[in-house]
Amino acid sequence: MNIPEADVGIITGGVRNEENKKLAELMRSRVNTLIAMGSCASFGGIPALANQYEISEIYERVYRGNSTTDSGDTPQGDVPALLDRVYALHEVVKVDLNLPGCPTTPDMFVGALMHLLKGTPFAVAEKSVCDSCPTIREKKAVGNLKRPLEPIEGAGDPLNSVRCLMEQGFLCLGPATRAGCGGMDGGAPRCIKAYMPCRGCYGPLQLDANPMVDMMGALSTIGLDPKQIPDRAATFNRFAGAGRLQAKKARK
Amino acid sequence: MGQTLVIQPVSRIEGHAKVTIQLDDSGDVADARVNVIELRGFEKFCVGRPVEEMPRITTRICGVCPWSHHLASAKTTDAVFGVEPTPTGKKLRQLCNSVAYMEEHILHFYILGGPDFVMGPSADYATRNVIGIVGAAPDIAKRAVRVRHLCAKMLEMIAGKSIHPDAAVPGGFSKPLQKEEREALLPMAQEALELAKFSIAFAKENIFPKYLDAVKTIGTITSGFLGTVANDGALDLYDGKLRMMYADGAYEEFAPKDYADYIGEHVEPWTYLKFPYAKKKGGFALEDNAPSLYRVNSLARINVCDHIATPLAQKELEEFRKNFGRPAQLTLLYHWARLIELLYNAEFAAQLLNDPEIMGRETRLKVTPRAARGVGVVEAPRGTLIHDYTTNADGILTHVNLLVATCQNNSAINLSVKQAAQTLIKGGKYDQGTLNMVERAIRAYDPCLSCATHRLDGTLPVKVDIVGADGKLIETLTN
Repeated sequence: MNIPEADVGIITGGVRNEENKKLAELMRSRVNTLIAMGSCASFGGIPALANQYEISEIYERVYRGNSTTDSGDTPQGDVPALLDRVYALHEVVKVDLNLPGCPTTPDMFVGALMHLLKGTPFAVAEKSVCDSCPTIREKKAVGNLKRPLEPIEGAGDPLNSVRCLMEQGFLCLGPATRAGCGGMDGGAPRCIKAYMPCRGCYGPLQLDANPMVDMMGALSTIGLDPKQIPDRAATFNRFAGAGRLQAKKARK
Repeated sequence: MGQTLVIQPVSRIEGHAKVTIQLDDSGDVADARVNVIELRGFEKFCVGRPVEEMPRITTRICGVCPWSHHLASAKTTDAVFGVEPTPTGKKLRQLCNSVAYMEEHILHFYILGGPDFVMGPSADYATRNVIGIVGAAPDIAKRAVRVRHLCAKMLEMIAGKSIHPDAAVPGGFSKPLQKEEREALLPMAQEALELAKFSIAFAKENIFPKYLDAVKTIGTITSGFLGTVANDGALDLYDGKLRMMYADGAYEEFAPKDYADYIGEHVEPWTYLKFPYAKKKGGFALEDNAPSLYRVNSLARINVCDHIATPLAQKELEEFRKNFGRPAQLTLLYHWARLIELLYNAEFAAQLLNDPEIMGRETRLKVTPRAARGVGVVEAPRGTLIHDYTTNADGILTHVNLLVATCQNNSAINLSVKQAAQTLIKGGKYDQGTLNMVERAIRAYDPCLSCATHRLDGTLPVKVDIVGADGKLIETLTN
């Protein structure tokens, strides 16, 4: 494939197969500034949940262990081989700017491009989702942790009259997730606007942060027990699995 | 062996594919294949997750129609938890579905598929895109982009978030509609309805007549069709029974939960994408008119339904049927069928917004984990979408099967491409225009290969490899 020389290159999606890797390397060599756009390119995103499994386990499940599939050999030859796991773009080539989000807001994207055009520095906020959340926090949970299987208290009311969802007992990844989903002007977080807890789609506060540790701390501080959460590793790293989630064999 | 042509990337589709065309010694087409080159493995990595997370994980199968996965997943969790959503919750989901459909169908007609028609398939690649449309018909382009944007705004208002939503939850919908939101939504829905009316009238007058010959010759195959209908046989995009109509017009119906008795999936070694087929009609065969061959998406739905519950779309259906019969087989009619559906969704969205029940405060129920299996089906814009989950007593997933819309058109897309290539390439003669026509046979299906292989990506680029009789690559043409 041809990639012309350019000032700015933008890549979406994580690096999953040989062709993605080659394209990333090729684009890196042709552009001055490389942007990883979105949470998949920045931290692996949802597809990096696959990093909890060996690639052979995925092939087994898809092509041979499936209730409606007549088993067949894993396709190869005419299709590019998959890599051993999902990589974030920065794990494969040097990235100049990570624009997180699933999806990235248009104003963050346009803002970044405008700064590049003007030659002024651009940085995404290092605040957390909680910093832009209008719900009421009293630094203490009102009950035990619960799964999001029931209506939240105050659904439909103005958000600034609703109690913090985590203090209501619903696990919310706001404390360990970067702000910005509500727009660069600090609008309310998008999931909160749906009266749903944050699921971490803007990724960790820093590229090398450990959201698991940050969340355990945030939960304990308001009196909730993180051990009650099923599936902790995948929950806390839901959008940030590249380099953070490992297959069982590798974990041993 | 003759030569091989490769088209890569295939553009203006969702996901990544290439087309390989094999020529024989005399330069005619011996075979043509669409290779889908992506795979993510959602069916594996969703195992172990709490089931209530699925409506927010599976949205990421696709950034183009996250609503279809979101709603199919929410319906599957309803079944797993053993609940029916509240009436208001169901209507809010249906409203979102129709608005998302409008956004999608406008995208496809005006931006992805439309340029082939407005600019003509042999137009230079540089103008056969949305920029070309803006130049050729700026007012129409502006209007289409504006209404598409309105649809996104509507979804944001109803559900908090338009892309990768999370408002559909087990047992209903997380966010009740506010009075002032509904008042703002009504004129937006009206504007969308006006565009829907304009689009089909405009296409019937200015676009379809010009391409009627091409419609009758390019990418034509004969197949059965699968779609969802309500109990009374009406077109239904959110709920109902599945109807498999065979090429002769006879059909059988089944409950979504029994889908595995009717649909099998075949694996070929040259593509990551599997090939679903109608199990009751013998084994898999990648052949035109094979009894087990079926198609999904707009044309399939328009073929299988007995009628449409909204008046304007019903009128269009009658006219379409008078012109093309039932089932209509011509591949390029997918575009026409899509515009009938755009009209239906615009009418239905306005109807729902005027329904007092949409303002109810009981939008969701409390649910309790249990060991169970659930199946949820919706009609995604690109066809029937099936989610199937099994959980343990704690509500943790132990098995996930996804049968995605585009996947079910895999055989048909391959056969249409082969037919188009055979019609257009003779004696080793071809040019970029020929390959554009081949590519267009793919685009009529509006395929979403990200969905089909449960992988996430942006555009669908095409590459055509031309391989000689000796197996050597002669030329690669890319967009």
